Amino acid sequence: MSDRRMSQEEDCASLLSKLGSDSPRPRMKYGGMFCNVEGAFENKTLNFESFSPQSQRRGNTRNRTEVTGGPGPGPGPGPGPGPGPGGPSGQTMVFPSSFNKKQGDRLIIKGGKIVNDDQSFYADVYIEDGIIKQIGENLVVPAGVRTVDAYGQLVIPGGVDSNTSLQAPQRGLSPADDFYQGTRAALAGGTTTIIDHVLPEPGTSLLVAFEQWRDAADQRACCDYSLHVDITRWHEGLYEELESLVKDKGVNSFLFFMSYKDKYQSSDSQLYEAFSVLRDLGALAQVHAENGDIIDEEQKKLLFLGITGPEGHVLSHPEEVETEAVYRAITIAKQANCPLYVTKVMSKPAADVIAKARKKGMVVYGEPITASLATDGSHYWSKDWAQAAAYVMSPPINPDPSTPQYLTSLLACGDLQVTGSAQASFSTAQKAVGKDDFTQIPEGTNGIEERLSVVWDRAVSTGKMDENEFVAVTSTNAAKLFNIYPRKGRIAVGSDADIVIWNPKETKTVSAKTHNLTVEVNILEGMEFRGVASVVVSGGRVVLEDGKLNVTEGSGRFIPRKAFSDTVYKRIRARSKMAEAHGVPRGNYDGPVHDVISMTKSVPPTPTTRGPTCPKTITGPRNLHQSGFTLAGAQIDDHIPRRSAQKIVAPPGGRSNITSLS
Amino acid sequence: MSGTSFQGKNSIPHPTSEQLLIKGGRVVNDDQSFFADVYIEEGLIKQVGENLVVPGGVKVIEANGGMVIPGGIDVNTCLMKPFLGTQPVDDFFQGTKAALSGGTTMIIDHVTPQPGESLLEAFERWQEAADKKACCDYSLHVDIPQWNETVKDELELLVQEKGINSFQVYMAYKDVYQMTDSQLYEALSFLKQLGAVALVHAENGDLIAQEQSKILGMGITGPEGHPLSRPEELEAEAVFRAITLGNRVNCPVYISKVMSKSAADTITQARRKGSIVFGEPITAGLATDGSHYWSKNWAKAAAYVTSPPLSPDPTTPDHLHTLLACGDLQVVGSAHCAYSTSQKAIGKDDFTLIPEGTNGVEERMGFVWDKAVAMGKMDENQFVAVTSTNAAKIFNLYPRKGRIAVGSDADIVIWDPDSIKTITAKLQQSAAEYNIFEGLECRGGPVLVLSQGRVVYEEGKLQAQQGTGRFIPRKPFPDYAYQRIRFRNQQGVTRGSYDGPVYDVAPTPKYITPAPSAKTSPTSHQPPPIRNLHQSNFSLSGAQIDDNVPRRSGHRIVAPPGGRSNITSLG
Repeated sequence: MSDRRMSQEEDCASLLSKLGSDSPRPRMKYGGMFCNVEGAFENKTLNFESFSPQSQRRGNTRNRTEVTGGPGPGPGPGPGPGPGPGGPSGQTMVFPSSFNKKQGDRLIIKGGKIVNDDQSFYADVYIEDGIIKQIGENLVVPAGVRTVDAYGQLVIPGGVDSNTSLQAPQRGLSPADDFYQGTRAALAGGTTTIIDHVLPEPGTSLLVAFEQWRDAADQRACCDYSLHVDITRWHEGLYEELESLVKDKGVNSFLFFMSYKDKYQSSDSQLYEAFSVLRDLGALAQVHAENGDIIDEEQKKLLFLGITGPEGHVLSHPEEVETEAVYRAITIAKQANCPLYVTKVMSKPAADVIAKARKKGMVVYGEPITASLATDGSHYWSKDWAQAAAYVMSPPINPDPSTPQYLTSLLACGDLQVTGSAQASFSTAQKAVGKDDFTQIPEGTNGIEERLSVVWDRAVSTGKMDENEFVAVTSTNAAKLFNIYPRKGRIAVGSDADIVIWNPKETKTVSAKTHNLTVEVNILEGMEFRGVASVVVSGGRVVLEDGKLNVTEGSGRFIPRKAFSDTVYKRIRARSKMAEAHGVPRGNYDGPVHDVISMTKSVPPTPTTRGPTCPKTITGPRNLHQSGFTLAGAQIDDHIPRRSAQKIVAPPGGRSNITSLS
Repeated sequence: MSGTSFQGKNSIPHPTSEQLLIKGGRVVNDDQSFFADVYIEEGLIKQVGENLVVPGGVKVIEANGGMVIPGGIDVNTCLMKPFLGTQPVDDFFQGTKAALSGGTTMIIDHVTPQPGESLLEAFERWQEAADKKACCDYSLHVDIPQWNETVKDELELLVQEKGINSFQVYMAYKDVYQMTDSQLYEALSFLKQLGAVALVHAENGDLIAQEQSKILGMGITGPEGHPLSRPEELEAEAVFRAITLGNRVNCPVYISKVMSKSAADTITQARRKGSIVFGEPITAGLATDGSHYWSKNWAKAAAYVTSPPLSPDPTTPDHLHTLLACGDLQVVGSAHCAYSTSQKAIGKDDFTLIPEGTNGVEERMGFVWDKAVAMGKMDENQFVAVTSTNAAKIFNLYPRKGRIAVGSDADIVIWDPDSIKTITAKLQQSAAEYNIFEGLECRGGPVLVLSQGRVVYEEGKLQAQQGTGRFIPRKPFPDYAYQRIRFRNQQGVTRGSYDGPVYDVAPTPKYITPAPSAKTSPTSHQPPPIRNLHQSNFSLSGAQIDDNVPRRSGHRIVAPPGGRSNITSLG
């Protein structure tokens, strides 16, 4: 990979000589995760119209050309041999800035290699009003446009971080890094869109919590954001709120907890019901997959054994418990025919379960996070309490040191699809709430800033992944799953101008002293990562340049997301049609039926509460006084015909062939 | 262990009760086969070897080179399991008769108390009934229909005084027997302390309940609704969960009724990783498949109803035999629980009411021979292992049962590998009108069966005597299951106590009183609580959940005095 890039730069001249003479060599990739999704290619293929000046689109977007006195001689008709090897800069047509009526930032990114998830090519990008207006060589742009130089670097869509918790309180503590600090750090690392988790208190209104989050984010966020809503307690009454969130508020993903017993945990029945509802609404079900029942018991056991430090956290959340819950979540989703997204895949067996389920054709997605891709859980045993506590999150970072490599491999081969950060940072003083009891330590690690660098360093520079896959797992796949594609996650005409100029050669050492968060401990402290965002454009504005952040609090917009994302729901729809089961048409059974004496005993399927104390079902002796008196109204055993005295009645005549042995 | 088999050549036994000599047979144990005579006295094997010195007048049975194998042990029967007040048509008498005629000389029956009923009383009822009726030795598993404190005392009593070392827990039958994961965790922890084997009925009951109501809602009421509402994923999921629980608790787990390929594969994988888990396929799962649920004949379709259901995949029996042969599954049961067609017809308009259970106690050994040994998947020693020895080891009956050795019980079968028999309900010992193996041909069968040293079956003639079966008590901590458990037992890091600043915790407003595990409490009963706007800081007396957090009054972060904060430094 890097070799090729090197050689490209060496014979730069010959490369440049071809510029404009040909349409950029499309690098078609097959076998990438989404490449063979039918229909997905329509959105994905480059808008080649933008390369030819007399195309429709050019006419539309640049309908002010008559003011300027017609296009210059630069771009010839069609993709013919245009300008020579003088470099693209010389070919850009500059218009008089007489029509500079709009206030929007205008920007041209020159000389970079545009990397989308399906192909890479050399082209310039022209941005106006926060939208990508033109892509190609020899662009016709107005004068006074700011030029950003991207020679020798990659121009990639800004990262989409699908999992952050910048507002969700734990044990009454708000994260140390809120929407402002968090999105600032995100931008510094090349992430231009975050999807944050709304965590309502169990039993409170989802809509109210959602509005709270929106208010906070609208005031504070520096980059675009969207919101997942967590369902902390499922009940039927939530349906209307969900419907309104999906249809009016632009939320299409909901998280369920299989852990946090007696707090957020949902039972299997609840998950099944909820998944069925989400499927009908066209939303994506996310799960926090850990078996809360077992964890609860393990915590009690460990505390009883006298283990109170952070190592108790990882001991009480063993990987089996994660694996089991992932397996169960997939089973439930399969039964409910609902797409499933497993947040925070932290261990090898859990990732394997997802990979296996995908091989069986289930619609399930897995999200490893910065922490699980970059470090391991050996730090839980650190003698430094503050250090050990900084790593506390659920599911915990796996103590197996080969986990990061393994997850990276699965990410590269498409078995895992999206990288998140699960950013939720708590200061050491906040973490110290649990200094005598590891169950009280607020859970969460940093990772929002380092995410892209970690993936580049661990996957691309080691040769596991190419640059297109890098874009796929850091932004495009997330955008597709959560239905903000192609607005986000792609460099194409009409997409939002969230662009990162990525320098694959630079390295950066992570340290809590230099990072953009407020927490005192960075779990990746001292690690060196190749690949750094050198320029970040968010919403058409340059927010990071020369290592300097220039963000505006509150400039982030809420990005609403529509239901029924194509990537996720096309298959689900087809399966719903296929999945109808059919009964066997048979003649009525007319043989003898055993008399059921009393139905007061174990009534199989009726939903009765099964609390821990269940003394009411006392199996009495056979009721000898059973009377024929029937209560009015429908009875549970109405469908069983009452027979009076004899137990078995031989059917009259020889019509008993249905019951004969054969 | 095998070294003990050749001894006592010269001891002169006192001729008292029944004495028997099996001459000229090939003794097949699970580890080796050898030619030897077997001398039996007072229901025990007294001598094994050649040229035995035996008293005169001893009855001699000529085996003529035939296989002499330990009598089969059927680890899973339900001969008294009530369903809606009706009892299975095969009681202890009918059931054990059928067992003997198939070469099985011991059964372990399930005591199934109803929720709320005392385990002890139920156990005594079962024992009483069996003592009166059983024709072969028996032992009992006790099912735990629900988990609570009183159950613990009864379990302890059952283990220590009544000779029970295996208990079944249910992950299915929502609102009846099903336990939550927390309860399972506690139950397994407790069983481990007692040294008992935890049997698990592994199916996800929550999802089954949902699927059942969905399928009934679609208007499917026939027996095909049964497998449709219990897809094999639900079985595999529950097996996976049961194994996870077993691993966490470090308790041996025994999966009763492994019916599908994916469930069996889950067990295989777990064993590869070192989990202590045993799997028991049953006759029905090894000999037939679930395609019959779609039969047009309601009575036939209903006869196959059992849980977990027979897998509709026709390659399942073969796969299970392969795993049995390579040791990934260990024990063959029958899950014999026969209901008559009229009893099954209770559910003629609603498949969820069909009593669950199939026959299989009589055909069990025959089908293992036919489908595994005769096909070359297994050898005769493995055959003995899966039909008898492994069960005896897991449930701590070994070497009294499951082996032909001096001192063992004289439960012996002379096995004819070449006899061919066509299964039909007309010729079976069971009282049910339907046999789910109807018409299947089966190679291999017993020629002669000895139970407690008495000939009970010879050449197709059964001479069983009601009430001769004895209860066989079983001790806890079977070596086969528990030896490894003992060695597998963790500790914290010793570090100086954290003395840096601690964030002040506002009293966390609790919206829920920790409800007893959200897992099974149906939410329809929990109205969404309304946010309490009047939440006050008033603290209740007594121990509080956040007592361990030191209360600080006003300031948020206190810089630690002096420079002793190096513990919180980075690095």
